[in-house]
Amino acid sequence: MIGRRWYVPWLFLAPALLVTALMTWGPLANTGVLAFTDAQALGGGQFTGRANFTRLADDTEFFRALGNTALYLVVVVPALVLLPLLLAQLVHAKLPGIGAFRAVFYTPVIASMVVVGLIWSWLLSSDGLVNAVLVKLRVVAEPLPFLTDATLLLFSCMLVTVWKGLGYYMVIYLAALSNVPNELYEAARVDGAGAVRRFRSVTVPTVRPTMLLVGTLAAISATKVFAEIYVMSSGTAGPGGQAKSIVYYIREVGLGVDGEIGYASAMSLTLFVGTLGLSVLALVLRRRSERNEA
Amino acid sequence: MSERTERSEGREGMPGKHGMSERTERSEGREGMPGRLGMSERTERSEGREGMPGRRVAAEPRAAGPTRRSAGMSRFAGPALRYLLLLLMTVLLVGPFLWQLSTALKSTGEPIYGPDTTLLPTDPTFGNFGKVTEVIPVWRYIGNSAIVAFASVLTNCLLGAMAGYALARMRFRGRGAVFAALLASLVVPFEVIMVNVFLTVRSLGLVDTLLGVLLPGAVSGLSILVMRTAFLALPRETEEAAAIDGAGEWARFWRVALPSVRGSLAVVGVFSFLFAWDDFLWPLIVLKNPDNFTLTVGLQYLSGTFTNDQRVVAAGTMIAVVPLLAVFFALQRMFFRGIGEGGVKG
Repeated sequence: MIGRRWYVPWLFLAPALLVTALMTWGPLANTGVLAFTDAQALGGGQFTGRANFTRLADDTEFFRALGNTALYLVVVVPALVLLPLLLAQLVHAKLPGIGAFRAVFYTPVIASMVVVGLIWSWLLSSDGLVNAVLVKLRVVAEPLPFLTDATLLLFSCMLVTVWKGLGYYMVIYLAALSNVPNELYEAARVDGAGAVRRFRSVTVPTVRPTMLLVGTLAAISATKVFAEIYVMSSGTAGPGGQAKSIVYYIREVGLGVDGEIGYASAMSLTLFVGTLGLSVLALVLRRRSERNEA
Repeated sequence: MSERTERSEGREGMPGKHGMSERTERSEGREGMPGRLGMSERTERSEGREGMPGRRVAAEPRAAGPTRRSAGMSRFAGPALRYLLLLLMTVLLVGPFLWQLSTALKSTGEPIYGPDTTLLPTDPTFGNFGKVTEVIPVWRYIGNSAIVAFASVLTNCLLGAMAGYALARMRFRGRGAVFAALLASLVVPFEVIMVNVFLTVRSLGLVDTLLGVLLPGAVSGLSILVMRTAFLALPRETEEAAAIDGAGEWARFWRVALPSVRGSLAVVGVFSFLFAWDDFLWPLIVLKNPDNFTLTVGLQYLSGTFTNDQRVVAAGTMIAVVPLLAVFFALQRMFFRGIGEGGVKG
């Protein structure tokens, strides 16, 4: 053990701790306090008890945002648990050029959500390529309002989230797949198991902990969806702002010109409880599956 | 099948390999009898694990004859089908970028939608890129984004390494508490505290400044944890030898420890850069004056002001994404290693 003065570690830690305290812990504590006040952007703020939360319970716009976010979660999470696993299976092979494919599949992850959102806005617009193809193939008679109908807009955003997330979760799955012994596949094949059966009986059980991790990561990021909706709707959240997510609504309430900091803080706190709940749920599921294995 | 596996395992430089499998491959030995030993070891390890369906299948002795024959039959059909699917996925995942590029290169006289639209520009032009610079100060936005991104790389690497070094190498009262607090900060989503972060930044007088954009992401908990893990993996001996030679605390950190964790520094740096460059929500909140926008906010602004010419918007998105993709393909191994370290362990 090297001897040193007591303050030396703190000098090393000071800048990082200062930033974390100022930019994470302080604002979090502030959120917890202001949630129980009527604080506005321009100062002030009286303690109002649970008033913000009772208001929240009657706020139809909040419940619409909550419903949109829940819908997002329900669609995006299963898609992002399953599809990247299939993609990882596809690139988990020793074939010439496979590394290039992996890199190529990762490109949407690298790009900013703004870039991706603008690219898909163009593809999905009424004059866009997707509608042109659909009309040409006579799947639809008229171009579909992918971006101008609130529900379709949400589904378009989900498509973008999944499209952009595929490569990211693929890489996480690849790490898990490299731990599956090839012999298991070989043996299953000898026993006459088809591709689907091999996937269900060999791959899925081995990567189940990773599926849980991916599901948790995807769920937490889905509860925070914002940029997709903002960009794809050009900052309008669809007709009448009906496609708002929770974060979208928090930003609007708390950071507008007459920002209602107290009310937005109450919503933020609610969101925090939601994301924590998802993490706890994931932990419980993990414990249970570990116990089942033991 | 097994033949093919062995052959390609001996190959060097498979891009896109994350650290873990690289290590595995290395330990399997490149020459001579590659694969064999390592493989059976791995099998045994996983056979020892409980509750794995398919274990029973694996435990059965391998019938060599039929395996080889069936592998021979599917040797060409299997890869061919796989390549077909790979190409399909390439079209799905890269096609949208290429369509955007194609639109960006079409001249004003050429239709970009309707029945006469062609897949490739008939008369490619860079004119739309010039128009982007007329509508928004795109160079300024690139500069702003670059300032924030490089500053974020610097602060995350330096401050993250300093804090990680203290947590990994020094014993002091409160270390456990500091570590726990940093871990806990990882579960606080930025979106939850953004309103109050804005209040803090406003009270510091940093609204509409690049410093205000930088500050919340200046040193993430993840950067500190990755650096701590890296320092923990270093042998202490060299630092202790340096201490005996009279090197001070800072010199041991700066001259001995830090150069040994260059790999992790690179990972932290690359991901800090990417995060800062791609971030949208926070710059959108903190920047008010269009002169101060970063590229992502500026692009959104461009599409708002100029939606009637999709060619210009497309050119703008290409300006934003092409340099990034160039860097990515140059450094791709680092990206994948970073996900292995940061995404899975962290």
